Amino acid sequence: MVPANRTVHETPVTAARLDAESAEWLQALAETCPQRDAALARLHEMLVRIARGEVARRGPRLRITGPELDDLAYQAAADALLAITGKIGQFRGESRFTTWAYKFVIFEVSAKVGRHFWRNPGVPLDAADWDRLPGRFGFEPAQEAEWRDLLAALGRAVDTELTARQRAVFVAIVLNDVPLDALVAELASSRNAIYKMLFDARRKLRAALAANGYLGHDTSGRS
Amino acid sequence: MNGWSALDRFLRTDPRDVGCAQAMEMLHIYVDLVAAGAPAEQRYPGIAAHLRACGPCGEDFEGLLAAVRGEEH
Repeated sequence: MVPANRTVHETPVTAARLDAESAEWLQALAETCPQRDAALARLHEMLVRIARGEVARRGPRLRITGPELDDLAYQAAADALLAITGKIGQFRGESRFTTWAYKFVIFEVSAKVGRHFWRNPGVPLDAADWDRLPGRFGFEPAQEAEWRDLLAALGRAVDTELTARQRAVFVAIVLNDVPLDALVAELASSRNAIYKMLFDARRKLRAALAANGYLGHDTSGRS
Repeated sequence: MNGWSALDRFLRTDPRDVGCAQAMEMLHIYVDLVAAGAPAEQRYPGIAAHLRACGPCGEDFEGLLAAVRGEEH
């Protein structure tokens, strides 16, 4: 993974020229604009629509239903509107304004869904459920003797190769099926930090399994 | 695909992966490119690598793309 402090060539070189619709939004949302309240109300209405669409899209995979799901959408839209008005000076016209704005409401939905997980988690954070793994990766019962050996090697690598923090993240997400955003909320961390820990854990575990002949060595030039 | 290759694929990492922070910082730009049919993956290979590997960021990408496409219709 690219270190956070290393510059990568994936940043826009200059701010793009605003499209007409985005320019209208910026003008209407300016603090001096007499129509600002109307623009805020219109934006809020759009954010509610996007939030409701997003929770409906994710709905089948969530353990949230009915009015609670609608509440989550309204809260996400309200919090997104606050974030947008607070950060509007950071909008540089590299996308349409509405795409930039919708990003905030999608993020709010993710964060709220992650926090909601702990209302009824159903999994203890401190126990490692290795029995989930065969099902998760689709190991076939007919080949149990072989994959039992592989999973035992994986278990040893988890114990010996990972730091305590990496092990805890791996156990929670991979063995106990805790959603990454839920773990972020529980540990008061960031998605980037948890992902980085899991990324490093995956890299170490694969290297250990390859070194012991369980997986082939990577010849693609990627670790 | 059997369990062996699924585990291998899960453990395999891509050094181009930019991580969540940068991918989310630029998600709106990436999504507008995808929605416009532009070669976003070629322009931002590190973001593409991240979205393939990170479930939550991939979910946010799908959600934002669906929102943008929904507005177009």
